[in-house]
Amino acid sequence: MVEQLSPLAAAFRPGSHGNFVDGVGVTLSEMAPGSIVQVAAWPGEEKKLIAAISSITGLKLADGAGAGAVSERHTVFGFAPGKFLVTDTAEGLASTLASAVTPATGSVTDLSHGRTAIRVAGQKSEWVLAKLFAVDFSLVAFPQGSGISTAHHDIFAQIQRSSPDRFDLYVFRSFARSFWKMLCHASDEVGYEVR
Amino acid sequence: MLITCPYCGPRDVSEFAYQGDGNRNRPDPASTDLVAWNAYVYDRLNPAGAHNEIWQHAGGCRAHLAVVRDTLTHEILSVRFAREKGAPAHGRRKSGAKA
Ligand SMILES: [Zn+2]
Repeated sequence: MVEQLSPLAAAFRPGSHGNFVDGVGVTLSEMAPGSIVQVAAWPGEEKKLIAAISSITGLKLADGAGAGAVSERHTVFGFAPGKFLVTDTAEGLASTLASAVTPATGSVTDLSHGRTAIRVAGQKSEWVLAKLFAVDFSLVAFPQGSGISTAHHDIFAQIQRSSPDRFDLYVFRSFARSFWKMLCHASDEVGYEVR
Repeated sequence: MLITCPYCGPRDVSEFAYQGDGNRNRPDPASTDLVAWNAYVYDRLNPAGAHNEIWQHAGGCRAHLAVVRDTLTHEILSVRFAREKGAPAHGRRKSGAKA
């Protein structure tokens, strides 16, 4: 197994930063899952694709736009009609999915090296993310487990709410460091811990 | 200006890319009817009011949408997936209520 290198490199500075005298508002971390895979269904094949994802991840997906679910090992959410992002803490998910999703059902794209997963956790995470994206991050509009596609300027981002106070962001690996720096700036005001 | 994507819900216009007039009907590619092609390329209604438009949710789910927009007020009168001809306006995901 090849050793994973983080694209955040020296911009990833563990410890507390910014205005943390009154406590840390958000915790920022890199998730570095072993696999990040995009799967897409041909029109009319969505149910078969969802069944394949469920059988591999053990996660139940509700029917509906942006529906998703999270376990210790896997995350899944819909980010566009008939399209899902699936992650695994272990490597090799793309080949497992490819054996379950036939060409007649849809397609499987391995994005493990193409995306960087950044986790924003803490009571101020909604506040910090609302500075960057014109999206309603309230628990009512953005329920736990669900995901969205959005963009910060031209940096495309997929975001899943993995718990009431925690969001997982998937950004292009080549933009990850500049996005991370901006996220740090946005978190400065509330105090943030990198770990 | 907000466009309510049938998949993503209400989003800022900065996430969308305008793809042009939604009233155009492309002639058969094999056609050599110059009048029909001229109309397809150049003729526009340019109404002051409700206008059929195609937008892509480029900074979101990337679906192409058929939008009716009021050119005087920027009010979005209806949105549906462009591929769903005749489908009801607006979709499943609404602000504040989603499964
Ligand atoms: Zn959309």
